[in-house]
Amino acid sequence: MDAHVNVTAMSEPGPADAPVNRASRGYWANVARRLSRDKTSMVCAAILLLIFLAAILAPWMGLADPYKGSMIRRLRHLGAPGFPLGTDELGRDMIARLIYGGRLSLFIGMSPVVLAFVLGTSLGLVAGYAGGKVNTAIMRTVDVLFAFPSVLLAIAISGVLGAGVLNSIVSLTIVFTPQIARVAESVTTGVRNMDFIHAARASGAGDFTIIRDHVLGNVLGPIFVYATGLISVSMILAAGLSFLGLGVKPPEPEWGLMLNTLRTAIYTNPWVAALPGAMIFMVSICFNLLSDGLRSAMDIRN
Amino acid sequence: MFAYILRRLAYAIPIVLSVALLCFLLVHMTPGDPLVAVLPADASQELAQQLRVAYGFDRPLPVQFGLWLWRVLHGDLGASIATGRPVAAEVAHAVANTVMLAFAAALIGFTLGLALGLIAGYFRGTWVDKLATSVAIAGVSVPHYWLGMVLVIIFSVELNWLPAVGAGAGGSGQWAWDWAHVRYLILPAVTTSVIPMGIITRNVRALTGDILSQDFVEALYAKGMRQSQVFRHVVKNAAPTALAVMGLQLGYMLGGSILIETVFSWPGSGLLLNSAIFQRDLPLLQGTILVLAIFFVALNLMVDVAQALIDPRIRRA
Repeated sequence: MDAHVNVTAMSEPGPADAPVNRASRGYWANVARRLSRDKTSMVCAAILLLIFLAAILAPWMGLADPYKGSMIRRLRHLGAPGFPLGTDELGRDMIARLIYGGRLSLFIGMSPVVLAFVLGTSLGLVAGYAGGKVNTAIMRTVDVLFAFPSVLLAIAISGVLGAGVLNSIVSLTIVFTPQIARVAESVTTGVRNMDFIHAARASGAGDFTIIRDHVLGNVLGPIFVYATGLISVSMILAAGLSFLGLGVKPPEPEWGLMLNTLRTAIYTNPWVAALPGAMIFMVSICFNLLSDGLRSAMDIRN
Repeated sequence: MFAYILRRLAYAIPIVLSVALLCFLLVHMTPGDPLVAVLPADASQELAQQLRVAYGFDRPLPVQFGLWLWRVLHGDLGASIATGRPVAAEVAHAVANTVMLAFAAALIGFTLGLALGLIAGYFRGTWVDKLATSVAIAGVSVPHYWLGMVLVIIFSVELNWLPAVGAGAGGSGQWAWDWAHVRYLILPAVTTSVIPMGIITRNVRALTGDILSQDFVEALYAKGMRQSQVFRHVVKNAAPTALAVMGLQLGYMLGGSILIETVFSWPGSGLLLNSAIFQRDLPLLQGTILVLAIFFVALNLMVDVAQALIDPRIRRA
């Protein structure tokens, strides 16, 4: 990573009147410092960290069994004794299910973006760096997937593959890869024609070395910011697939699926039924705000 | 201008063909036999074979694609396996309802989005800007199917003001623009409008900022124009991009209506898609996806042309 940092720092024009010691600090160190000063971003990061930790540590938190229901305590309301957030349609403790639900919800929401980041960046890098026919071949294929609205594409693929965690992740990865590939291609094309690339080539560096040492460090930043902005969409869509019955299967706790099964209870216990969606909303808004914060922290010119 | 339209059309044709190919392959990627939905569990081999021939599933794939494409070009999307009715008619009927929902949502979302975006851009850095930005970020972050449920809880369950599901008396075939029917449209339309509202607000605000930092704005001020007059130029410069964003959003609303239509049982293309998926009605699934995707491509084309019409710079590019 160190090799790229310098290239990035050099390519970003800093303010002319910036003190020397600031310019000498690495670009990413600057970004981190700016981000840590943004109150909104830090609050969001803290909330997300809390939700992540709770999801990971759920089995050791002394929670009720998220799978164990009881017919006699079905659909308890908010604030019911022993069940502060009530119980679901099968009498399962909502607190336990909401916390355990974070595990699958975050996993199926975030892994498509991670996979699409790797795939899309590779495709975009190759297309942008190679140019010419390779570029046309890759980008035209990507264009075809752009002819579908993302929700439709995700649902079409999931609908055909059938329900399941793996299938949801596959379909959402197919949805996001073209988007990331497009961004990666455009930044790579921009970098490819810069003088320092020509200089590297003139000094005898091969394509692989140029991409690894000179291109990657300059393109990863913008692609990464774009990808972080997709996490919120991915969380909403992943839970949406489960909500439709195309994702996680019962009785697993997952926010979208919980929202689906609780839908039958909106007349008897409406506010408990709405809880899983509030979790999706909270995670999604935090990711969005954090992504916005990162974007402006990386835009060093401001 | 004419040359631009031709160029853009020529570019769209391979896209449309690839979309058709993708829709066709979708059915053949399916794990399991496409006849599962129609065949009784104890069907004989002969019956299965007869049906396979009847649906053309026994031919080689490229031949099937050619035949299918030929029929599609003639407006024949095949027959629904579940109901036996022509897919084209079912899809047309459902799409009409989705278009109505999308336009109602566009009316709300685009108006609010433009207003909020311009206000936020104009009063950048003030509390008005912060408020508009917060509304926008909530709009783009909210799981819309959940928002639909919450609105149903508030306005149907708690207040009992508006109906929770459906499209009014007499089913979807007897829509009329009276209160008895329009009240069914309100909650789905408001729910659908939230995401485009947020996205347009964010885009228009950013656009306004970009334009205000350009040199010509400085020049206009130097000429002695007042801020409100300058802003008229800003709006004009923002229009082509804003139009593109709105066109794309309209496309997303048309194509991505499945979640909201499922929440509200709104009888549109999304609900049709939902039932096609769960009944494993592959011709219906294929037809609906194809029509929606073609709609989306056509809409993008129209947006590009409209953009070129109002902005000569795009035509020359």
